[in-house]
Amino acid sequence: MIEGYMAVMPANAWNWVAVWRRNYLAWKKIALAAVLGNLAEPMISLFALGFGLGIMIGRVEGTSYVAFLAAGMAAVSAMTSATYETIYSTFARMGGERTWEAMLCTQLTLGDIVLGELAWAGTKSLLAGTAITLVAATLGYAAWPSLLYALPIIALTGLAFASLAMIVTALAPNYDFLVFYQTLVLTPMLFLSGAVFPVSQMPGAFQQVSSLLPLAHSVDLIRSVMLGRPAESLGLHIATLCVYAVLPFFLSAALLRRRLMR
Amino acid sequence: MVAIDFVGVTKSYGKRVVVDGMSFTVAPGECLGLLGPNGAGKSTITRLLLGMATPNAGKITVFGVPVPARARLARGRIGVVPQFDNLDHRFTVRENLLVFGRYFGMSKREVEAVSPSLLEFARLENKADARVAELSGGMKRRLTLARALINDPQLLVMDEPTTGLDPQARHLIWERLRSLLARGKTILLTTHFMEEAERLCDRLCVLEQGRKIAEGRPHALIDEQIGCQVVEVYGGNPQELRSLVKPYAQRIELSGETLFCYAPDPEQVLTQLRGVAGLRLLQRPPNLEDVFLRLTGREMKD
Repeated sequence: MIEGYMAVMPANAWNWVAVWRRNYLAWKKIALAAVLGNLAEPMISLFALGFGLGIMIGRVEGTSYVAFLAAGMAAVSAMTSATYETIYSTFARMGGERTWEAMLCTQLTLGDIVLGELAWAGTKSLLAGTAITLVAATLGYAAWPSLLYALPIIALTGLAFASLAMIVTALAPNYDFLVFYQTLVLTPMLFLSGAVFPVSQMPGAFQQVSSLLPLAHSVDLIRSVMLGRPAESLGLHIATLCVYAVLPFFLSAALLRRRLMR
Repeated sequence: MVAIDFVGVTKSYGKRVVVDGMSFTVAPGECLGLLGPNGAGKSTITRLLLGMATPNAGKITVFGVPVPARARLARGRIGVVPQFDNLDHRFTVRENLLVFGRYFGMSKREVEAVSPSLLEFARLENKADARVAELSGGMKRRLTLARALINDPQLLVMDEPTTGLDPQARHLIWERLRSLLARGKTILLTTHFMEEAERLCDRLCVLEQGRKIAEGRPHALIDEQIGCQVVEVYGGNPQELRSLVKPYAQRIELSGETLFCYAPDPEQVLTQLRGVAGLRLLQRPPNLEDVFLRLTGREMKD
């Protein structure tokens, strides 16, 4: 059993790159539309929510609501783009499109494939998150040099959510199951993690739940970087995101082995 | 060293035994055909061979490499043509080779060095920049074959390589496979086409419900199991016809609406039947279809 599991682990440190490059090549063919979408979405949301709600709300935690929201949205977009890539595109490549089936006949192990897919989903979230921070900085809601620090955090957030979503992909019998994950896990997390309003406004029990959620840690980190504030408990935030990125990888590899290599 | 060695391999899913104590070997340079209807366990055997499934019992080695324990090493020497097309439809023919070569750790330069000869082999020289979605079924199959050769494998595993192709496309694939055999490649082929098995395979394993029910060279199997001419009878009342020809036939099988009469002297059978109106008669030499019918009591076609 253990031996079988070890056999599906990544064969070496670079095999996954072939999977990443395959996905990159496919993405390149639609890159223009994808990048425009990445830029248009945050612009529309920032304008609509920020100015619409911002006028009513005024200042939050010592900054304008638009700036507060922009940081939250950078984290949320990393979460959603990594999740969507993993539960829809990866699910398709694993199943109907038979991309994984072809890969499993080569020198790639299942672990290599999963790692490549996670790295790709992380890349997609980096693109989406970068677009938001660029828009925010251009509109004057984030400090330019600190953006550079936001990028690795966005990528780590993407990896963590891709890794979590890989478990869902491994367990999902069909597309309907994937919708449950969005509505029952991601949407509550969005509101519990301080992305659109401060966590401190919630009852104590909710605040405790919030401290366990990966998105809350990501939001805290990205917001302090984008608003140019000193980050509190930096190590804890990064460590939590790393745990969410690494542990689900091993679990999803075991689940996918059970699903695909019976 | 043998190319493939299966010893007492069993695979079951829950209570359903899909491969049941299967043993066979394939020598280097040989083409072995696994012949059987859908559900006989052919595809599961290829999955076991690639380490994509773990047997419940038995031992598998490929060129001496134990599978599934060291399946990745074994896969480096295997090319696979799967039953269902799994090419990347968004990509061009050339891109498919590049992407697949990278899965074997090849650089772009290495893939580009072998691509022209693979495309020529697959008769796709003029389609290098066409998207897969634009290719015909036969072209896709040939691209899958070219793709399977990218790592210069010694063993090719083909799961029903011509299923769903028109006769012309099928003949071209067969011709390409024969040229691979001439180059010394080993082939494990699963099929439910008798003609394919007879044309390509040096040796056959006939499978039913996960078990091997016969094994041998195609013509030896036919001689052994049948060994006489066949008269096929379409139309009429099969039961009446059966008693009419019984004295002159060695054996009679009814499959669907067709009566198969195995007769050392087919002329006698034909004489009996010529008097009956509304029949269509066909006399022919025996083939693997008859072997299968004899062994299992039913036709292979499904």
